[in-house]
Order: sequence, then C-alpha cells, then structure tokens
Amino acid sequence: MSRLDQLFEATRAEARAALVGYLPAGFPTVERSRRTLAAMLDAGCDLVEVGVPYSDPVMDGPTIQAAADEALRNGFRLRDLFSVVESVASAGGHAVVMTYWNPVHRYGVDAFARDLASAGGLGLITPDLIPEEAGNWLAASAEHGLDRIFLIAPSSTEERIASTAAASSGFLYAASTMGVTGARDAVSNAAPALVGRARAHTDLPIGVGLGVRSGAQAAEVAAFADAVIVGSAFVAKAAEGDAAVRGLAAELAEGVRDQVPTSG
Amino acid sequence: MSSALHPTPHDPDERGHWGPWGGRFMPEALIAALDELAAEYEKARLDPAFVGEFQRLLRDYAGRPSLLTEAPRFAEHAGGARVFLKREDLNHTGSHKINNVLGQALLTRRMGKKRVIAETGAGQHGVATATACALMGLECVVYMGEVDTRRQALNVARMRLLGAEVVPVTTGSRTLKDAINEALRDWVTNVDTTHYLLGTAAGAHPFPLIVRDFHRVIGVEARAQMLEQVGRLPDAVVACVGGGSNAIGIFHGFLDDPRVRLVGCEPGGEGVDSGRHGATLTAGSPGVLHGARSYLLQDEDGQTTEAHSISAGLDYPGVGPEHSWLKDQGRAEYRPVTDAEAMEAFRLLSRTEGIIPAIESSHALAGALKLGRELGGDAVLLVNLSGRGDKDVDTAATWFGLTGSETAAGSNERGEA
Repeated sequence: MSRLDQLFEATRAEARAALVGYLPAGFPTVERSRRTLAAMLDAGCDLVEVGVPYSDPVMDGPTIQAAADEALRNGFRLRDLFSVVESVASAGGHAVVMTYWNPVHRYGVDAFARDLASAGGLGLITPDLIPEEAGNWLAASAEHGLDRIFLIAPSSTEERIASTAAASSGFLYAASTMGVTGARDAVSNAAPALVGRARAHTDLPIGVGLGVRSGAQAAEVAAFADAVIVGSAFVAKAAEGDAAVRGLAAELAEGVRDQVPTSG
Repeated sequence: MSSALHPTPHDPDERGHWGPWGGRFMPEALIAALDELAAEYEKARLDPAFVGEFQRLLRDYAGRPSLLTEAPRFAEHAGGARVFLKREDLNHTGSHKINNVLGQALLTRRMGKKRVIAETGAGQHGVATATACALMGLECVVYMGEVDTRRQALNVARMRLLGAEVVPVTTGSRTLKDAINEALRDWVTNVDTTHYLLGTAAGAHPFPLIVRDFHRVIGVEARAQMLEQVGRLPDAVVACVGGGSNAIGIFHGFLDDPRVRLVGCEPGGEGVDSGRHGATLTAGSPGVLHGARSYLLQDEDGQTTEAHSISAGLDYPGVGPEHSWLKDQGRAEYRPVTDAEAMEAFRLLSRTEGIIPAIESSHALAGALKLGRELGGDAVLLVNLSGRGDKDVDTAATWFGLTGSETAAGSNERGEA
C-alpha cells in the first residue's frame, strides 16, 4: 500500500475529502516556496502538489503562467525541485510533483523517478502525458515506488476513463472543466458527472481540480470527490504572504469536512 | 493536377509515431478531439467526394498546379548547376499554406464545427486560414505573437480585412511558439465547437500526418513537372524548414527516389555558434513540445529556448516529427542558413529573375547556391519557392538600407553577373 493509499484511507475513515494544494516550486523564490508549502500543510492541506515551472505551460491560465514565469526569471532550476520536495518530506508532509512532460523527458525518466523518490516525493501528476505515451514512466514508477496520477476530462470516453484509471495509482485526477487552470466563481456542473462516470470504472480515490477557491466550493466538491485540489487560488495568496495562505488553507480544510450535498 | 491523400508506407503508426518520434503528448481533454480528427481524416482521405472537392479547390481557387520555373540567371551563382523553382509563391494568398488550410477547412466542415482557430508566425498561415474561413463561412480567430504582429503588420491588416479576429499574444517570447500555446488554451476551452487549424506539420497526431498529406501535392506536381520539362529527376530537392510543412510536402514526392537528395535549410539566424538561431535539427536535442516528440531547442532542464531568425515564419524552436525521423534515417539532411546568407539570396533572386521570394524561402535559395557550388556544373536542383516576399519588403528595405530618399551604398554590387 503506497503512502497515498494510506492518506486516502485515513481521510475516508474520517468521512471527508482530502485537501490538496498546489504551488510551483521556486515561486517566487526557492526559499519562499518552501515556506509557503510548509504553511499550506501546517494550516490544513493533506497533500501538496509541487509544480515544476515550465516555459510552455499550455494547460495553465494567467495566474499559474505568471507564477511559472516569475520562478524561472528568479533562477529556478530543476534540481531545486528535489530540494523543495525534500523539505516538505523531512517535515513529515506529503508531496507529489505536477509537471509537464518535457522537463522529465529531458532529465531522463528513470533518473527523475529515482531522484524524486529519494527526495521523499510520493508520485507524479502528468497533465500532458497520457498512458499510451508513458511506457518509460510506468516502468520507472514501479521501479522506484512512486504513484502515477493521470488525468481524465469531461471529454474522455468511457473506454479512456477505464484505461486511464487502470494505469493510475494513488488517485485519479479529474479535470472538472474543459479549460485551463484558474479560479472560477462556480464549480463546473461537469465535475460530479465526470466523477460519477469514473466511479463506474475504478475504486481509486478521485481528486477534482480546476477552479476551486473558496471553502463553500470545497464543500461542494467534497460531497462527490475524494480530494479537492486547489491551485491558482493558493498561488494568488502566496503573493500576499503566509498569513493569507494559512487563511485560505484553513477555510478550505473546513470546507472539505463540511460536505454540502449538491442539488440535482 | 493530383493531390495525394492516399495511405503510403511512409505513414506513421496508428498513434502517430515515426519510430521514436511524434505521438501525442497532450492533455487528456484534447484526446477526444484528436481522435475525432484522426478518424474523420482516415475516412475523408479515402472518400472520392472529399478528395474531389479538395482537388477542385486546389485547381479553381488556389490556382494549382503551380508552375515549375527554371532560374538560369540565378543559377549562374550556383556553381553552374541548373536551378528549378517550384512556384508555391504563385498560389492564392502567396504561399504553400493555402493547400493545408483548404484541406483542413473542408475537414472542419465535415466535422460540423463552425469555428476555427489558428496560430501564425509570419502571417502567411493566418492569412491563408482567414481566407479559407471567409470562403467557407467559418468564424476565424488567429493567435499571433505580439512581436510578429509588429514585424508583419500588413498581414494583420489582411487577416482583419478577411473577417478574422487577430489576437496578439503577449506571453513568453511573444512569437510563434507562444501563439501556439495560446491557441491550445483556446482549443481546450472551446473544443466542442472549434477546430484548431494547425499550420505546420508538427504537433500531436494526427496533425503531422494531415498537414503533410495536404501538402504532398507540391511534390507530386514537381516530380511530374521535372520529368516532363527537364526529362530527369533533380539531384537534390531543397526546402526551408521551420516547422517543416513545405519541406515535407515537396520531399514526399521524392522519398522513393533514393538518388534524389533531400535537403532542408534551417534558420541559422546569426550563426549556430552564436546561440541565436532556430536550427532545431542541426543543434537541438530530443524533446517534447506542442504534443509531439521531436528535436527541440531546449536548455538542460528541458525549458524551451527561444529561436531567433530574421524570418518570422521560421522562428520556431521545434520541428515536425517526420523530419526528425528522416534525419535519423539519413534520408534527408538539414543545414543551417544564416540571416545574412538568406538575405543575400533574397536579393539575388529578386535581381536576377524578377521574383521577390519570401525570406523563409530565401533560406532554401541560399542552400541551393551552396549545394550547387558543391555539386558542380551538371547538377540539377529543385528549390521549393514556398512563398512570395511582398510581406517582407519592410524587413528587406531595412536590412539593405533602402528606406528614405538616399541610395543605399553598394546596393548594386551584386546580382548583376
């Protein structure tokens, strides 16, 4: 049983969803990203997604694009990723890495998996890698004991949901809307439908991301998902300072424990 | 005149791979749309009605077949080789780009989509897309790097005249690669109603296949014209390579002629050693960008590095995956051509043949000058003149110092043999 399996076993035992917070490593600097991630975990995140700043973030909206640009301008290097993950893990926190595929491809898939595992990372979320192209990563993740979190989308066919879930471990990431990352006022109504479809194919925990920014939205998502994933809202708060980050994490942590059944 | 959409032994596998190249490194949210496009294309390429409509548009609208023109005064500077130009510059909208946009616009209609988005660098693909959308009554949005909207202002106006919305892209390096990023963001948001009309033979499967196939007509025509007008095949086929669409189109006509060398000319910018260039196949390494595995200009962390070229249309850090395959197989060779060499060829063709080429195509012309000198007097070269240079007059006038009332010093020193 992987550590992500244990994490979700614990949150299920508490009859609640897990809170997952995203921040790019190195935003705005390597040192400050360490502190922000520590604050997110301390104030209520069960798991952090450590993002890899990348020059061509085609799945990201303006907030995360700007954060990645700033991290790169401030000198982020890939080796910094592992030190950031290590700082989370050594403080007892749980971290997975979210990255576009080219930095991993360039580093060497097996070497990346080895170094991520030895830094204490639990797995990898791969927004532009589908299982059909993931041969090396399937092998490397097995070899180094990492979970592989692939994405499903509202446009995924039943067949693809089934095959993507079968290739995944830890949890399955449901992109709740068709679109790029960014906080939205309303949780997409495509999300519960997508999670419902996925449940027909897998017992894996299902995390929902893209758009959540408030405790009320977290509660809404927690009613049908196993993990509520919050990205752009944390990135925006990180620019305001640790107090704002803690405030958001606390509000969301309350939300995932206060599930509101969705109407309809 | 015959287009060539039928399957060949040079097609990728069903997931879009040529050996280790190509594939689909794309968000899951777009996979359904890529599957739909691939399935529709597989049906369309075998459907006589679709093929017939495509051929009719190429003939009656784009003006195909394009001419094959010998360039003897230009060739005097090419070591005595005979040089033939495949005149894609004479197509409607002024470049080869019209072939692909007509094909993809027909596919868009076949899929029942009403909205088209596209990226553009120099503006040639944007203009061609806006043209096809006007012709077929499709809504059209073109993403263009802000830097390029300035260096190709005339094409921005042309697209708007044709009814397209032009969106300047202000992220990243503000050039072609960023325009593609922004188009992909639009596509993932609006994929139900929208077709992404990608302009080069790169990106995720099936784009490299379909863009190539819509341009295969260039090579099919050129091969037949060489046999008819010259009585023999060329020793080498020379084309410029940014993303690689015009090159792959003409190369395909000669892939099964092993004695015909296929030479791609990449943008060498200020020189490959300067680091300011776009010579992906010459100086890049394997990577993943915009959905495909191919050669890529990147740093040691896998961050894309910016390409540099005087030609906005070649200013791209990636390249189509089939070119990576042809390079690795040794079937095609790729050489860098600097800005200065391309501009010299630009001037030379203008003055010796009365044809003002696109700066993109001038890279191929410069490559032919060199290759001709290497091969000697009996050589026969076929150059893909992929576009006309009207859009580049401002850039050329600045380069040669032809603006204002004064006569540029030395402007007559070359070109008159």
